[in-house]
Amino acid sequence: MNSFQERKQAALQKWAELQQSEAAVIYVGTASCGRAAGAQAVLEAIRETVREHDLKARIIEVGCIGPCYLEPLVDIRLPGRPRMSHANVTPERARYLVKAYLTGDKPPVRMAVGYHGDDDPGFTENKPPFFDLPMLKPQVRVVLRNCGFIDPEDIDHYLANEGYEGILRAFAMGPESVIAEVREAGLRGRGGAGFPTYKKWEICRSAPGSTKYLICNADEGDPGAFMNRSLLEGDPHAVLEGMLIAAYAIGAAHGYIYIRAEYPLAVARLHKALGQMRACGLLGRNILGSGFDFDITIKEGAGAFVCGEETALIASLEGNRGMPRSRPPFPAVAGLHQSPTIINNVETLGTLPAILRKGAAWYRQFGVPGNYGTKTFSLVGKIRRTGLIEVPLGTPLRKIIFDIGGGTLKKFKAVQTGGPSGGCLSEEFLDMPVDYESLGAAGSIMGSGGLIVMDEDTCVVDVAHYFLDFTQKESCGKCSPCRIGTRHMVEILERITSGRGEPEDLARLQNLGETVKRTSLCGLGQTAPNPVLTTLRYFRPEYLLHVADKYCPATVCRDLLEYRVIPEKCTGCRLCIRACPTGAITGLKGEVHYLDPAKCIKCRSCYEICRFDAIAGDGILIRSGRRIADEQRA
Amino acid sequence: MTTSEYQEVFSGFRGTPGDLIPILQSLQQKQGYISQEAVREISRFLKVTENHIFGVASFYSQFRFTPPGRHSIKVCLGTACHVRGGQILLQTLERELAITTGQTTPDRRFDLQRVACLGCCALAPVVAVDNDIYSRVTVVRLTKMLSEYE
Repeated sequence: MNSFQERKQAALQKWAELQQSEAAVIYVGTASCGRAAGAQAVLEAIRETVREHDLKARIIEVGCIGPCYLEPLVDIRLPGRPRMSHANVTPERARYLVKAYLTGDKPPVRMAVGYHGDDDPGFTENKPPFFDLPMLKPQVRVVLRNCGFIDPEDIDHYLANEGYEGILRAFAMGPESVIAEVREAGLRGRGGAGFPTYKKWEICRSAPGSTKYLICNADEGDPGAFMNRSLLEGDPHAVLEGMLIAAYAIGAAHGYIYIRAEYPLAVARLHKALGQMRACGLLGRNILGSGFDFDITIKEGAGAFVCGEETALIASLEGNRGMPRSRPPFPAVAGLHQSPTIINNVETLGTLPAILRKGAAWYRQFGVPGNYGTKTFSLVGKIRRTGLIEVPLGTPLRKIIFDIGGGTLKKFKAVQTGGPSGGCLSEEFLDMPVDYESLGAAGSIMGSGGLIVMDEDTCVVDVAHYFLDFTQKESCGKCSPCRIGTRHMVEILERITSGRGEPEDLARLQNLGETVKRTSLCGLGQTAPNPVLTTLRYFRPEYLLHVADKYCPATVCRDLLEYRVIPEKCTGCRLCIRACPTGAITGLKGEVHYLDPAKCIKCRSCYEICRFDAIAGDGILIRSGRRIADEQRA
Repeated sequence: MTTSEYQEVFSGFRGTPGDLIPILQSLQQKQGYISQEAVREISRFLKVTENHIFGVASFYSQFRFTPPGRHSIKVCLGTACHVRGGQILLQTLERELAITTGQTTPDRRFDLQRVACLGCCALAPVVAVDNDIYSRVTVVRLTKMLSEYE
């Protein structure tokens, strides 16, 4: 038995010991999203409680299991019992839970949202299995299978869960068969364009030259997307094993991970994981005795959205301004330092170990013909259950938004797929399956997987303006259609949202958008007009209301609305008067206040105070004149 | 920074063109910004013009050329944060601190930046002060949040 096998045996044993632990095991989700929800303070509270009461417990920090709306999540497993999940845990609640589970005779199972592991009818009461919760039931976890279950900073946890078995199988098959297997699996690039992964690899493998590079594109720049961050934070070794497999297939001896500097936790975990790989002989010369040499360097991006584009990313790695160049030659032929280079997305790489381990046929059971496998999405916006999800390709939007996401609070209006490069789809597309072709036909793209849901309180003109303003700022400035065209489009949209739009503006936008789309150099410019073109197509009446009637039905566009006090509801509590920074509201205690529109800067302070404070009512209203008139008539 | 401190930073690099961005990153981490002096030292080390260095550094939003405040406020304007009112938070901060985005208050207490996405979209709108991330921020909460930083 070689040393890797020994390590693996030891890891299995360590894992089994954890599963049969005599002490209670407490799992805390401390990925970035959990931390934003306060997981750090919860973890501290748990540690303190364990120390104070001298309890026997093991505390494990895990990655994100997906339902961000339940964060912070704390799971507690007593010896021989299922693992109980507790949601939205505060430090106080955590102290109570730990004490009650570990010292009380009746664990507070009733407070849990669900359990993991085998049912234990006497113990779990009537709680459902965690994966039967409505958000999780329709999901299939291939890429995310370990997230939330293993300690991402411990390679043994990964090894014990079939870790690095994919690369062992790849070594046994040989590079050509690896490419054939990935071809058979039908895997397409998960970064957005959906180009068949095997095809890119074949081009690179057969390109002349002995120096080849593999780059993992972790420059997840789409605002509203965090799938890659969650995977890197929750299961970094899956992506790293994928890199080994890809590099072995194309014959690369050096790999880079190009990751956003805005993801410090993911960067730290990757550094740690690379060290562990080296110690296990999974990096360096002659990996696991296969004769294959490979090493990985982490490069932090410096904040430029365009660097998600392959050629711009390469320019950035070479130490230049991240500007794209025209293709061909494609990076697979001449990329980094003019050598053949493959750039694969984090999720594409994270999928590879499962394909190699379980085979192409297994992978093809998910998804629909032409679009096999699963895809992760970040489900955000005006939706009840936000979070990270993984579903088979071909799942209808309705299932994702309503079954998994629980629908919108107010009436559903639109969903934006593919981030700033994608399109805004209206209600009529809800039954469309989510696959590369259907989304393309609707004028949108799959993108990396951000799904932003909007309800009737979201103004699509404002959203189009937002996205275009983003891409315009991120345009590298190399080609004029993108540099100047997007600027003009933003100006027109600014006019429309501030009530200065002209009827001809819609045709101008359409014309400019189509030109920018056709003539830009790289993917950024070619897709930048999508949000505008799709909203013009599916939400034209809303544009017309802005232009002709100077009316924003969603009450979002600031210049088209005003703040008012509703005399019947105002309690005269003076809270808004104190909150107002410009002294626009006046009135005596107990009397109806007066809001001077001339002084109001529409900062929202009074509205929030009035809505969220107990002694105030809903006395302040943000409305356009027309909506108030409409409502009075109704 | 003294010349020997620069040498210490440079010693981790081989001096290839690809080292420029990582060097800029480590210097910014040390000094908080990219000073003229830093550009001069890098230019000597990498044997590239100062113009080239400024050209590259100014392309990326990560690099700043003025000293930061004691605390950095980052307002997330990702899609989810925008839809949930991030822009209003930024406007409020600009008004309260009397600076515009990218500037530092005269007393160096805060600097204000906008970021494209902090990746916590499910908890929007998000504001980060130094390394603390605040979720579901409201205009009213902002003032209280800032009072915790000196």
